[in-house]
Amino acid sequence: MVLTWRDLAIGIALIGLAWWALAAAVSNPAFPGPLPAADALARLLVAGELAAHLAASAWRVLASLAVSLVLAVPLGLVLGRKQAWDRVLAPAVYLLYPVPKIVLLPLIMVLAGIGEVAKITVIFLVIFFQLLVTTRDAARAIPVPTVLSVKSLGAGEGDIYRHVVIPACLPAILTGVRISLGTAISVLFFAETVAGTSGLGYAILDAWHRAAYSQMFAAILAMSLLGLSFYYIIDLLERWWCRWQYL
Amino acid sequence: MIRLKDVYLEYLTAAGPVAAVGRVSLEVAAGERLVFIGPSGCGKTTMIYLMAGLLAPTAGVIELGGRRVAGPDPRLALILQDYGLLPWKTVSQNAALGLAVRRMGRQEQREIVRPLLAELGLAGLEDRYPAQLSGGQRQRVALARALALRPAYLLMDEPLSALDALTREHLQELLLEVWRERQVTVVMVTHSIEEAVYLGRRLVVLSPRPARVQAVVENPGAGSPGYRASAEFHRQCGRLRELLDPGEQRQAAAR
Repeated sequence: MVLTWRDLAIGIALIGLAWWALAAAVSNPAFPGPLPAADALARLLVAGELAAHLAASAWRVLASLAVSLVLAVPLGLVLGRKQAWDRVLAPAVYLLYPVPKIVLLPLIMVLAGIGEVAKITVIFLVIFFQLLVTTRDAARAIPVPTVLSVKSLGAGEGDIYRHVVIPACLPAILTGVRISLGTAISVLFFAETVAGTSGLGYAILDAWHRAAYSQMFAAILAMSLLGLSFYYIIDLLERWWCRWQYL
Repeated sequence: MIRLKDVYLEYLTAAGPVAAVGRVSLEVAAGERLVFIGPSGCGKTTMIYLMAGLLAPTAGVIELGGRRVAGPDPRLALILQDYGLLPWKTVSQNAALGLAVRRMGRQEQREIVRPLLAELGLAGLEDRYPAQLSGGQRQRVALARALALRPAYLLMDEPLSALDALTREHLQELLLEVWRERQVTVVMVTHSIEEAVYLGRRLVVLSPRPARVQAVVENPGAGSPGYRASAEFHRQCGRLRELLDPGEQRQAAAR
């Protein structure tokens, strides 16, 4: 389903109302209402400072998502199709999957420095497994007769991937991306607060240290906007690539 | 001609090898229409997979027009029970799939598929997806996909079993028409006695697992106009019923 402006307006109104009520009840300068926060957001975006942080964060999410997709999707498709491969790799995947990869952040920073590579690597490590398992399970669920009937047309292994496996798994892969996106943004926040001077995570922490609470909430709002834009793009892609699911 | 010589197939299971097809020998002449009938789970579908080159027999030989089958053969088209249509492809994309797999150009594909879809009563539905079609229409698309390859051999595994009675009869007529026009050699699997007798020139009754040829019934009246209402048709159905389940016949006679 693609969000309409009306749905979006209703969602914003609901959250805004709850936020306003909560802020009024708490009545503490550390918790400004939605209006001062929105005002700060508009000012800081125009000033360019917050826009730069937003761009830095967006780039990190996008880059780690791209790397994860490029590695996890082909591997997941093959593991789903070739049980022998899966039997060898599944134990390793299941052993590594539950380990909170964020604990490796200090090590990664020692090895890769405190720059972009470390941040993208840690996000990649977290979401790679989510995408891998989602993709593999989708590929595994393809009915055998479907594959056989296409094989009987003379299809080789490449044709099977192109005409059957990839289109069959695409909806599940996009769902995997949606789930990973939330995870990626949380991990990103953590990575950006640990080191560096750019990104929304840094902006939130920086505003907090300066007790600039409206600015802090402006950066939180920017984070929400970042997620929203990504979800919107994924929905559009799904509408376009998986038209058969929306009849 | 399709020739099966001492075809034997066993599966390896945790409990050891299990025979699925036991020493079947059979010849299907060019242009013939042969129907396999047997109890469910007897290995009818396995027989079709073997002939289509999707399974290799454990022992024995399968030949297609004098050549040994060692994999999917371009002279042969297969229609499976669940139609095998891809939900993410439109009617024309599905019908053209075999041609696309054979690296035919888009324009050429269209030139073959368009008239074929029209012939099968699917004109105007080219851009629909399978989910938007009725069961009968889906089956016509599966037929179009097979016929687009201009096969000499057509294998069908319970192609009409999911359809309601009336649609089923319409499609039986369509199949007869298509087979007659194209002089294709047909091997079809069904569990419906009436369908077998109406469509099959020769009826091969298979035994319960492992599949063996239990009886072969000649059925010269198959497909002739009005056959379904004739006394001969009902006699043949009765014969098949007895061959498939002799126990029940005896019980019925005793009652």
